[in-house]
Amino acid sequence: MPYRFLETVATADIAFEAWGSTMEEMFVEAAEATLNVMVADVTTVARRETLTLVLENDAVDMLLFDFLGELVFIKDTHRLLLRVINIAIKDENGMLELAVTLAGEKIDPGRHPLQVDVKGVTLHLFEVVKTGGVWKTTVVLDI
Amino acid sequence: MPLPKDLIRISPTTWELPVTFKKGMLVPARIIASEKLINAMEDAVFEQAANVACLSGITGYSYCMPDGHWGYGFPIGGLAAMDPERGVISPGGIGFDINCGMRLVLTNLTEEEVRPRLHDLVNRLFSRIPTGVGCHGTLKVKESEFRHIAEQGSRWCLKKGYAVAEDLELTEEGGCFTGGDSAKVSNKAIERGLEQLGTLGSGNHYCEIQVARPENVLDQKIARSFGITIPNQVVIMFHCGSRGFGHQIATDYLQRFLKVMGPKYGLSVTDRELACAPFRSPEGQDYYAAMKCAVNMAFANRQMILHRIREVFSDIFHRDPFDLGLRMLYDVAHNTAKLERHLIDGAPRELLVHRKGATRSLGPGSPELPACYRESGQPVIIGGSMETGSYLLSGMTGSNATFATTAHGSGRTMSRHQAKKLFRGDRLQQQLEQRGIYIMTDSLGGLAEEAGGAYKDIDEVAAVTELAGLSKRIVKLLPMGNIKG
Repeated sequence: MPYRFLETVATADIAFEAWGSTMEEMFVEAAEATLNVMVADVTTVARRETLTLVLENDAVDMLLFDFLGELVFIKDTHRLLLRVINIAIKDENGMLELAVTLAGEKIDPGRHPLQVDVKGVTLHLFEVVKTGGVWKTTVVLDI
Repeated sequence: MPLPKDLIRISPTTWELPVTFKKGMLVPARIIASEKLINAMEDAVFEQAANVACLSGITGYSYCMPDGHWGYGFPIGGLAAMDPERGVISPGGIGFDINCGMRLVLTNLTEEEVRPRLHDLVNRLFSRIPTGVGCHGTLKVKESEFRHIAEQGSRWCLKKGYAVAEDLELTEEGGCFTGGDSAKVSNKAIERGLEQLGTLGSGNHYCEIQVARPENVLDQKIARSFGITIPNQVVIMFHCGSRGFGHQIATDYLQRFLKVMGPKYGLSVTDRELACAPFRSPEGQDYYAAMKCAVNMAFANRQMILHRIREVFSDIFHRDPFDLGLRMLYDVAHNTAKLERHLIDGAPRELLVHRKGATRSLGPGSPELPACYRESGQPVIIGGSMETGSYLLSGMTGSNATFATTAHGSGRTMSRHQAKKLFRGDRLQQQLEQRGIYIMTDSLGGLAEEAGGAYKDIDEVAAVTELAGLSKRIVKLLPMGNIKG
């Protein structure tokens, strides 16, 4: 299971855990979980538009925080729902650089089974850990 | 779930966690609740109220209101008053949705007059007030104009013809926190807000047509002074905030505070969501000026929604909205931090009061209230679920103990996923329609998450606020129609 929602955490908001065998996989799954909060079936989001993002941070958890925050920002400003096409994270002397290509389309209530809006990514219980070769994150989204 | 063993009941409605409950607590934490409500609270409420009690400069007590539940950083229902000279400001004590709040609007229409047009009204409101995931408003403003909105709040709406002067008088702080400085707001935040003016959003945000039945008017005299004067009078209540604009400001400053709080100010917190900075520091003052912009945007947002409501009622009834009595009752903010004067040990002191999911509740005689409410106390609007109804209350002098603060809603007891397992949106919509409550929504899944059963008992919450001397129940308002994001 690449991500799962935590049913008894953060009553009014939504919490999830996401995993990956690499840091990149965990980022992809966290993005999918965030999209899945808003759209019941993420496969209904077609690849009509693509865009690339480059983000930097010296901490992996804050890089993920920035990335998810950026997805929320693009959803609000461009009404775009996005999924990851390509992703690479490079470590340049302690500075992590995320380069990601995203594809998706504008929100269409006729085709996308919409659920609740994600308004922000919180730092409550937020963490990224690597245990036994598996990357795992815990995220609470503000609803 | 067992209550913390350190919890002491000090009155029928007040429970206290002493400073020994958790290392670092500077003051005790107090939770306002009945036995039923305290037993329903999650462990996280006690932990979070205790974490808040560790924040530098906290005065008196860290409080949690009877609708309190698990939040991030502060509990929802959290209240903390900081000494502004030696204390901190924390975005986590205000919430991401800065100045999320409630507005109540009167009409002179009765249920009998509105019921035949209910579907038309709800459908038209749904088409005129954007709701749901990523919703954009019909009014798009330029960046320079948006900066004026952020600094002027409802005053901008008045200048543009979207408000009448009385609307501003009947809004907390006159619809504008002075001192908002848009230069302290990132371009990203401005960009997120540009197309969101006049939008409701999603989650637990709604606009509801309600009725005040005679048997639910609990204090005739004060109800009359609030404008509830005819049997089965219809009112409109709505709940929303500063949308993505406020969220981006909170996100931006959370990150900025995290970078400086340890290295520059030697502050540490148990939950990063409690990131803070000394109020008098450059970072603290910048956030305060930016937060005020979000407060103002939220006032303007609710004012634009009121304007749309007036248009819709006018269209459906073919009458001028003011002939239909569409007047503001009041607008309250429940996610803010504000410098206020309170009596501490008998002496007035200026305090920075953080309210996160908590409503200001000024008692009778307060000079800060509009003249029309000075005798009764401040109208307090507590929104319940779409099934169970909401309350109009009035501030009581007993709220001096809680820095003039009371509850803000009924408070959730069930997570969104648990609610979706138990309730089905389509079935709920049909059941409510059979009970005479007509609902329009973008999301049936989202509707299920807001089912009445996912919330605490609003009657109990409102009664406890009265028993604790914080706010007096005036009218219980029952839903007739609702639009949800």
